[in-house]
Amino acid sequence: MLKTFPKGGIHPPENKLTSSKNIKRLAVPKMVNVPIAQHIGIPAEIIVEVKEKVKIGQVIAKSGGFVSSNIHSPVAGTVTKLDKIIDTSAYKKQCIVIRTDVKDESNFEEKEYPLKQEIELSSKEILQRINEFGIVGLGGATFPSHVKLNVKEGVKIDCLLINGVECEPYLTADHRLMLEKSEEIIVGIEILMKALNINKAIIGIENNKKDAIDLFKKATKNNSKIQVAALQVKYPQGGEKQLVKALLKREVPKNGLPLDVGVIVHNVGTIFAIYEAVQYDKPLIERVVTVTGKKIENASNFWVKIGTPISDLIAEVGGMPEGTRKIVNGGPMMGKAIKNTDVPVTKGTSGILVIAEDEASRGEPKNCIRCGECVYVCPMGLEPHLLMNLSEKGLFERASNEDIMTCIECGSCSYVCPSDRPLLDYIRFGKNIVKKLQTSKN
Amino acid sequence: MSQPIIISASPHVHSERTSKKIMYDVVIALIPAFLVSLYVFGINAFIVTAVAVISCLAFEYLIQKYLLKTEITIGDGSALITGILLAFNLPSGLPIWMIIVGSLVAIGIAKLSFGGLGFNIFNPALVGRVFLLVSFPVQMTMWPTAVENNLSMADGVTGATTLGMIKEGLMFGETMTEIATKIPSTIDLFLGITGGSIGEMSAIALLIGGIYLLVRKVISWHIPVTMLVTMAVITGIFWVINPEQYANPLIHILSGGALLGAFFMATDLVTSPMTKKGMVIFAVGIGVITVVIRLFGAYPEGVSFAILIMNAFVPLINTYFKPRRFGANIKSKIV
Amino acid sequence: MTDSVLYSVLLLVSLGVIAAVVLYFVSKKFYVYENPLIGEVDELLPGANCAGCGSPGCRSFAEKLVNTEDISNLFCPVGGNDVMKLVAAKLGKEVAEKDPTVAVLRCQGSCDVRPKTTEFQGPRTCAISAMIYSGETDCQYGCLGDGDCVKVCKFDAMYMDETTGLPVIITDKCTSCGACVEECPRDIIEMRPRNKKDLKVFVGCLNEDKGGIAKKSCAVACIGCSKCLDICPKEAVTIVNNLAYIDPAYCTLCRKCVDVCPTHSIIETNFPPKKVKKVEEKVAVEKKEKVAVIKETIVEPVNEKTDA
Repeated sequence: MLKTFPKGGIHPPENKLTSSKNIKRLAVPKMVNVPIAQHIGIPAEIIVEVKEKVKIGQVIAKSGGFVSSNIHSPVAGTVTKLDKIIDTSAYKKQCIVIRTDVKDESNFEEKEYPLKQEIELSSKEILQRINEFGIVGLGGATFPSHVKLNVKEGVKIDCLLINGVECEPYLTADHRLMLEKSEEIIVGIEILMKALNINKAIIGIENNKKDAIDLFKKATKNNSKIQVAALQVKYPQGGEKQLVKALLKREVPKNGLPLDVGVIVHNVGTIFAIYEAVQYDKPLIERVVTVTGKKIENASNFWVKIGTPISDLIAEVGGMPEGTRKIVNGGPMMGKAIKNTDVPVTKGTSGILVIAEDEASRGEPKNCIRCGECVYVCPMGLEPHLLMNLSEKGLFERASNEDIMTCIECGSCSYVCPSDRPLLDYIRFGKNIVKKLQTSKN
Repeated sequence: MSQPIIISASPHVHSERTSKKIMYDVVIALIPAFLVSLYVFGINAFIVTAVAVISCLAFEYLIQKYLLKTEITIGDGSALITGILLAFNLPSGLPIWMIIVGSLVAIGIAKLSFGGLGFNIFNPALVGRVFLLVSFPVQMTMWPTAVENNLSMADGVTGATTLGMIKEGLMFGETMTEIATKIPSTIDLFLGITGGSIGEMSAIALLIGGIYLLVRKVISWHIPVTMLVTMAVITGIFWVINPEQYANPLIHILSGGALLGAFFMATDLVTSPMTKKGMVIFAVGIGVITVVIRLFGAYPEGVSFAILIMNAFVPLINTYFKPRRFGANIKSKIV
Repeated sequence: MTDSVLYSVLLLVSLGVIAAVVLYFVSKKFYVYENPLIGEVDELLPGANCAGCGSPGCRSFAEKLVNTEDISNLFCPVGGNDVMKLVAAKLGKEVAEKDPTVAVLRCQGSCDVRPKTTEFQGPRTCAISAMIYSGETDCQYGCLGDGDCVKVCKFDAMYMDETTGLPVIITDKCTSCGACVEECPRDIIEMRPRNKKDLKVFVGCLNEDKGGIAKKSCAVACIGCSKCLDICPKEAVTIVNNLAYIDPAYCTLCRKCVDVCPTHSIIETNFPPKKVKKVEEKVAVEKKEKVAVIKETIVEPVNEKTDA
């Protein structure tokens, strides 16, 4: 019996259409729009001016505080304007618009990055580099990595977990990365183990990626420190708390972090970015994006520069299919529907999903039949039907007592609700208000 | 693009399950029991069921359209199920006007006056049934036998169910051994060759339906299994103590409304608890109350009362038996 | 027989007596002194419990009025100056006089001028819409049209106009309690002074985008062209982030800005219909009477109906 987390979870159709497609490199876009708020926390501060020439990898916006991150120029070119552009939140946010210099060869040369196994930097230098090179969690939450790795003294970490679960349907970016860069990822894990001074790491991969499991098992055969664990396929196993529970049977305390049980979790994509930053001084300026959808002609995985408009990606896979009704930034369970294709790829974009008419529409909400399905599937042991009711009626104090803030917004409740009730919409709303109430209280 | 792009919050996919499908699964699960009742009671079973279903749907339509002036929801299948379940709890010879009154109580009072599907506290079909039982006790306990169908039991039962016969026999001071010669054999009970309400006789048909519901994950095993086990354990204790005064657990489970109640009435999604823990407590309560009524009460049968009584406790159970929150009562290792 | 009647009567009477005695002593023992003024002030207040004053209800506002030394910063928007004067007289304290205000809707983005570019599916409340996305149109500042303001209005002073998709404020019924201002996630509703005859001039737009973008998303958007700024004789207009705002404290309702606004985003309400200059000048004297008649006939329905 394979490991998994015990409570809740769902099995949406996997639809991993692109798992056999190699990661292609997308042509350098003519123009990039780099938002300054690509991570959770304080937005970065712009340090370039209009008409300024920038080089690849140059810092263009500086970390705005501790929970923040540097942003680097993905291309060599000229800053044409500092403008507000619609991003995934559907609101206009501050962006740095850079026109790519077509004459600058650094934009187009394909650098070779051979595997480099020796780790020269010291633990402190590694952490410093992760901070400076704008590494954030690439699993989708975009939490600045240096904050996660900033372990206070006296806190004992005994295990590093590598999240290769990719439980979202459709997405295959992590899967492909694991297949194509397995050696580098292992070096990346060793880098982190050195930085944190721990001797144990476990890579958790869901069993629908057998090739990746085999590959890592083979690669870590002679490495006693790194284990590979196959996991049952179940959404939302990629959630930090669920993964810790599945792999180590440790339960993160309510409102706590994996740190509370001596664990740090990182996504494979983040590990690879850390590898490149530490071994090759390469900042986070590109990432793997899965562009997929049932009607998409050439659905595939791409290396994409941060700031590339999504329209470029859609064009690359054969254009927008007839009858598209929804474009999602991310996976179908947690991704955000976007307003138009001018939205740029950010550090958190793991996939672009194009949904046609038949799947795009939500059903009309009907009466709750109290079937309790949402309660059974909630991985956090919450009662979504109750939380929705409380939020709808404005009883936020009670919602807070019913642990609304521990909701991880995985969407399992809305997924299963036979009455098509917008459970998560209301829970999110309730969380928002409760958060405001809490901050105003403090 | 012809139509504008849709914006909505995640998740962007939805499972295939809809409340309509769940309702129709329940209807499918009730078909075997209906077939057996047709076989045993003939056309009467069909008439009662048809009248109950049609009047339930009609009342739902009429009340929603002219009284409440809300959206009409007869298509969702819930009124259909109420009609079938109500019919299954009635004797096959009941006058048609009584069935219609029962339907009105079930839909009008028990369901729509609470706010419609999902808001009712009590199982509508059972409310209708109990209303008829206390209003028209004579007609509601006249169990027509299967004479016209020339089955094996043709000469035996006249106007009493198995449980009724046991109750009556014990009241007249007979022992179980004596009673056992009059009541249908266990196998007959299992197959449904007995008197009783339309849908409740055939254990095998109800089990088939119940297993279908379990396989389709419409219901979970917690309520039916716990309820039947509770009944078996309690009646078993009494039986072991004094087999001449108390019927054996098998008879208790196979006769009366125990199986119909366990699989179809107690598991009604709306009126049962939301958590597994709550379900177990709910089902234990039903089992205990049923047995108490059967053994010590005035009525020979108590499943409907037991379910209705426990229905009233469901909000309380939901409040006090919550799922365990992830990470609750776990201490951080960081000092 | 008589015994049982007697016993039951006696029992009930004695029960009643005991209960009365207990209640009497309990009410004495737990008597809470309350200033009788509070009740009297509460009587004066409108009793709408709208919370427009900041207190949860009229009673608690009355308590506050009685118990606070300086009540010059407390104000009942529904009762207005009349009520506050009465309260002041009763309590012998000073109250501030405020100009009466009325809610105005600073968005004219009806369906025909502000085209929908996307379709939203989800709960239809402004609060959730504003949290999840920026609206079905390309304007991220304007009215979401889900009517949260209408839902919170306790005075039936608002309704949703089906054709425009915007809420409408019935000025006569508006008590300026401020509930809608509080509720609107976009801060579109503003309290502005209720001038004589309810005349108002204000910018009916909150779009901070640059002119071209704003204009593209909504035909009546303020494009920040600063024509109103230039023409305003009283410097009542300010332009911040490509958006004009008319400060009611300085505005003299001269309406010069209304005429120059290229996108018609400045709204004037309840003014008599404008004289078409060339024609009017010629026959001004003759038509004076007629104009007066027109004024009456036209102004009143407008007054009754709505503004914005």
